[in-house]
Amino acid sequence: MNSTTTASAVDIAKDERLRNQSIIRKAMHRPELGAVAGALLVFGFFGIFAGDSGMFSASGTINFLEVSAQLGIIAVAAALLMIAGEFDLSIGSMIAFSGLVVAIPVSVWGLPMWMAIIIAFIGAVGIGYLNGYLVVRTKLPSFIVTLAFLFILRGLAIGFTRLITGRTQVGGLKEAAENDWLASLFHGEVGTSLFSWLAKIGWLETNFAGQPMVTGIPVSIIWWMVIAALATWVLLMTRFGNWIFACGGDANAARNVGVPVNKVKITLFIFTALAATVFACLQVLDAGSADTNRGLLKEFEAIIAVVIGGALLTGGYGSAIGAVFGALIFGTVQMGIFYTGVNTDWFKVFMGVMMLLAVMFNNYVRKKATESH
Amino acid sequence: MKKLVIAAVTAISTYCGMLTADTSRVVVVSHGQPQDPFWSVVKNGVDEAAKEAQVKVEYRAPDTFDMVKMAQIIDAAIATKPNGLVVSIPDKDALSDSIKKAVNNGIPVISMNSGADAYKQLGVKLHVGQSEYLAGKGAGERMRQAGVKNGLCINHEQGNAGLDQRCDGFVEGMKGKAAILAVSTDPTEIRNALLAYLNKNRNIDGILTLGPIGADPTIAAIEQAGAAGKVKIGSFDLSPAILKAIKKGSMDFAIDQQQYLQGYLPVIFLAQYSKYGVLPNGEVQTGPGFVTKENANQVVELSKKGIR
Repeated sequence: MNSTTTASAVDIAKDERLRNQSIIRKAMHRPELGAVAGALLVFGFFGIFAGDSGMFSASGTINFLEVSAQLGIIAVAAALLMIAGEFDLSIGSMIAFSGLVVAIPVSVWGLPMWMAIIIAFIGAVGIGYLNGYLVVRTKLPSFIVTLAFLFILRGLAIGFTRLITGRTQVGGLKEAAENDWLASLFHGEVGTSLFSWLAKIGWLETNFAGQPMVTGIPVSIIWWMVIAALATWVLLMTRFGNWIFACGGDANAARNVGVPVNKVKITLFIFTALAATVFACLQVLDAGSADTNRGLLKEFEAIIAVVIGGALLTGGYGSAIGAVFGALIFGTVQMGIFYTGVNTDWFKVFMGVMMLLAVMFNNYVRKKATESH
Repeated sequence: MKKLVIAAVTAISTYCGMLTADTSRVVVVSHGQPQDPFWSVVKNGVDEAAKEAQVKVEYRAPDTFDMVKMAQIIDAAIATKPNGLVVSIPDKDALSDSIKKAVNNGIPVISMNSGADAYKQLGVKLHVGQSEYLAGKGAGERMRQAGVKNGLCINHEQGNAGLDQRCDGFVEGMKGKAAILAVSTDPTEIRNALLAYLNKNRNIDGILTLGPIGADPTIAAIEQAGAAGKVKIGSFDLSPAILKAIKKGSMDFAIDQQQYLQGYLPVIFLAQYSKYGVLPNGEVQTGPGFVTKENANQVVELSKKGIR
């Protein structure tokens, strides 16, 4: 089988210690393979049961992609952290907290939006650092430390918001976001002229009002792609990426060969906090309001997405692309039920069963792929 | 009785260091989580009443919708022997033992928000609130009169009896021509779920949401679907965003149960009861009141302050 390797690969790899592998075989061993297969299974399922419902029309696709994208942003960060052997359970609370850090200065103190966004990102670096520092310093499981921050951050978000505004929702941010140079990064759509042109020539469906059903690609999808690409590059192409795998594989061994384990872990905690803040900014600017309730259970959804994506809960193995597909599966299933017409009373059962099937299928495919060494 | 008074006085003196005779202490236990915008307004009512009536008030709520925890909080409150107790009763069976215990210990109890069907049997003196089912029915009837043929109720917290009753009432008010859509509390998910649903069910021409959590994404979805003006939207409870939408005309009405009063009145009543032994008799209805374009302006400012 291996003798059929492409000629160019042979030219590069003359080292006889390396075994030549076909691209297909290489792909088979990637952690995300199962998730890609799982995603295909999920698409197949909805293709059969909701294919004629508009789920895979342009608007339907954007619809579930947007939900997947927001989850995907935090899932990619969670994936890197999980590969390094740690968890961050404070992601969901961080979303609410960051959202309010953006909203309160703008609506209560009249600060410009860009300044509030920058404050939120600086705050996220601080909180991520604190999370990471406490984990590496106390040597407590990150599960415990970040669980504490799950409560602390949610509590701070509720406590301060109520103290300052007397409410738990802060609204009226749409006006402040208009014409703000930084806010436009987190708000609106990309490629609007392309989409209206596509609608004009009849390639895109139109809505009640005769406008195109899809007016552009939501920026959250762009963020998702950019963050995933960045994370994949770091993971596969840089020394830092190797360190991440080393930390999660065996932290002591890594330390012994000179990997700055603590620094790597703290950096990754900062990354998850930043990702949560991106998520928060996207929702705050999209909805025009912040809410102490935002991001509930998102930490678990992110971890689920990462695990569906083929990462090991024990660390040392996984990929960012896997998390992307994990989030895609999760988002598709979450939105898919509304197209199947199933009574929403059964929503959670449906979700659970689909998740379980996707992960089981994912594991099965991966096992089949890796046993043929 | 003497023992109770002594205990109360000790409790007060340890609590605030004051020994004035007319200072009393009331504990409020609600099922609503502190992060829920609705309950913020209730708490603001409680705080205002405490200030006006010079009552020490402690506001307690479980951090999740958990009836067992709520019963435990009530038990703990009884142990501190307050002069009055305010509770919401979303689940009579789970809370009846604790509430009866308070009543049997001679603590005057007033129920608020939910519990209209249960308060009498439990020995609760008074109920302050709105019937969720009737309010939902009122919304349904209003929609039907406005010409809505196919309604949709968006439930963001399925399993919460009060919210389920609102949707059930709405379906009844619409004479059965309404569906219920269960969603999560995530704004993007709600908006996109609704877009998906509307795409599949293009005959929907009236939507009821059960609070600000569902209302804001619904308005966004309707605008995005290009169906603004074609679909009537109503909501429970008020928020600055909802009021703005009503003023703008993108939302038709909001049902105000004036929950500020649900926090405010019981505390005042209990203060009066502990002072003079006077108390109204029966139920005090705080809603439903409909906020529409005509009366939205006056409500806007108060909503910003967390009073409506």
